[in-house]
Amino acid sequence: MNLTTALARLLIFPGLLFAVPFAWFFLWVERKSVALMQGRIGPPFMQPFFDFIKLLGKTTPPRRGVSGLLMKTWPLLAVSTAGGAVGLLPVLPSSGGFEGDLILLLALLEVPSMCIIAAGFSSRSIFGEIGSAREAVLSVSYNVVFLLAIVSIAASQHTFRLEALAHLPASPMLILAVVAILVCLPAKLHINPFSLPNAEQEIYSGPITEYAGPELAMWELSHGLEWVAATGLVATLIAPHFTAVWLAVLAFVVLSFGVVLLLSVTAAATARLQIDTTVRFYWQCTLIFAVLAISSALFMRFRS
Amino acid sequence: MNLWNRLMCFSRRRSPWLFHMNSGSCNGCDIELIASLTPRYDAEQLGVRLEGSPRHADILCITGPVTRNSVQAIKTVYGQVCGPKAVVAIGSCPATTNVFIDSRTLDGPLNRHLPVDVFVPGCPPRPDAIIQGIAAAAGILAERAAKRWPAESVMVPMADPESACDCTKCDCTKEDKSSADTPAREVQP
Ligand code: SF4
Repeated sequence: MNLTTALARLLIFPGLLFAVPFAWFFLWVERKSVALMQGRIGPPFMQPFFDFIKLLGKTTPPRRGVSGLLMKTWPLLAVSTAGGAVGLLPVLPSSGGFEGDLILLLALLEVPSMCIIAAGFSSRSIFGEIGSAREAVLSVSYNVVFLLAIVSIAASQHTFRLEALAHLPASPMLILAVVAILVCLPAKLHINPFSLPNAEQEIYSGPITEYAGPELAMWELSHGLEWVAATGLVATLIAPHFTAVWLAVLAFVVLSFGVVLLLSVTAAATARLQIDTTVRFYWQCTLIFAVLAISSALFMRFRS
Repeated sequence: MNLWNRLMCFSRRRSPWLFHMNSGSCNGCDIELIASLTPRYDAEQLGVRLEGSPRHADILCITGPVTRNSVQAIKTVYGQVCGPKAVVAIGSCPATTNVFIDSRTLDGPLNRHLPVDVFVPGCPPRPDAIIQGIAAAAGILAERAAKRWPAESVMVPMADPESACDCTKCDCTKEDKSSADTPAREVQP
């Protein structure tokens, strides 16, 4: 991958120029589907965009010293890493890529949640600290099964290239891994039933309680970009291989939209679980997934 | 006005985020405020969102006659809302201290302590009146984006209980029209 294609992927497709409008669109789908499930009409189509512009025009409280600087840095870091993660997704049929880009993608997907943890602690708000502690506990528990799922498909293909993973033939291993990833996504995106870090009835807005104005706009945007990156990852794993560019793009968009719809309907239909129930759930998932993955690997070996 | 300012005005009108604060209300107005966000009234169509943190909010909705204990809290929370901001006084209590007038536990009405932008009278006001008040406050916010001076206080006309009923016996539509035509006036507590 040379510099021009890398820049084009990062800035145009599937990077920022594509991902930012889609981030707003997915945020709208999330709110609209909750509204429809509750028998309401819900927010207008451009609502997340209006929210973003409005937040850009608000003032922020004056903050001095290192913690003030950090509070400005975390949301920017979260947006740039989430945008970078979207840019790495192998959407186009011959998108290049490099050896080990899967590891980079996983790292970039992880940075926004670390930023949120750090943001809560550097805001020095008690609600922020509780939210950050919850996010830390949550990310320790869901990440085991999330990483296990991705590493097991990568290991079955003997590669850490994203492009090779995007063109996988359907196998029991792949289905198992996609289901495991789908189970982890609500926790990764902080939506019900695992919306513990930003449980608004308990701890206000969790880690972002103290953030205002443009910083909050950046958090909203990074949340949207995380939606695009996480659902896009699932979409690239399950999309069939197309050689035509427009077909590949269309499949990516449609599949991502389907995953967003699935997740937001689940979120609307469920209530928040307690933290210990959540942690137990994810460790049980890890155990089940590990047993199934090992038995399917043994099964495949004996069959071949 | 350039394009960015116009976009900003429009966005402020379309995205009012609320922070709700109780300054000793009897809970009647609070229930009505929550009712205006429920599926029946669905204020989210106007982009309204109830926020957990005053830092995220644009509009501070205050209910209750302002007890002595709550004065400092109200001022703190008002300071925590980032500008541009507006204050909506929900119910007759924050406007006039209502039935609690002359109580020695009170330090109201609200505009002794904060600049109130919109009064929504009623004991409690109907959810549609509250939504109308929030929309008026969002309009004031948009005006503030255009010119830097605070706009004048607005009074939402009191909803006529007759005009809003669903029955077929009374002449609802006529009543409705007359109450909507009532010019807004300032409240003088
Ligand atoms: S206006 Fe009426 S309903 Fe509202 S807080 Fe006062 S007494 Fe209660």
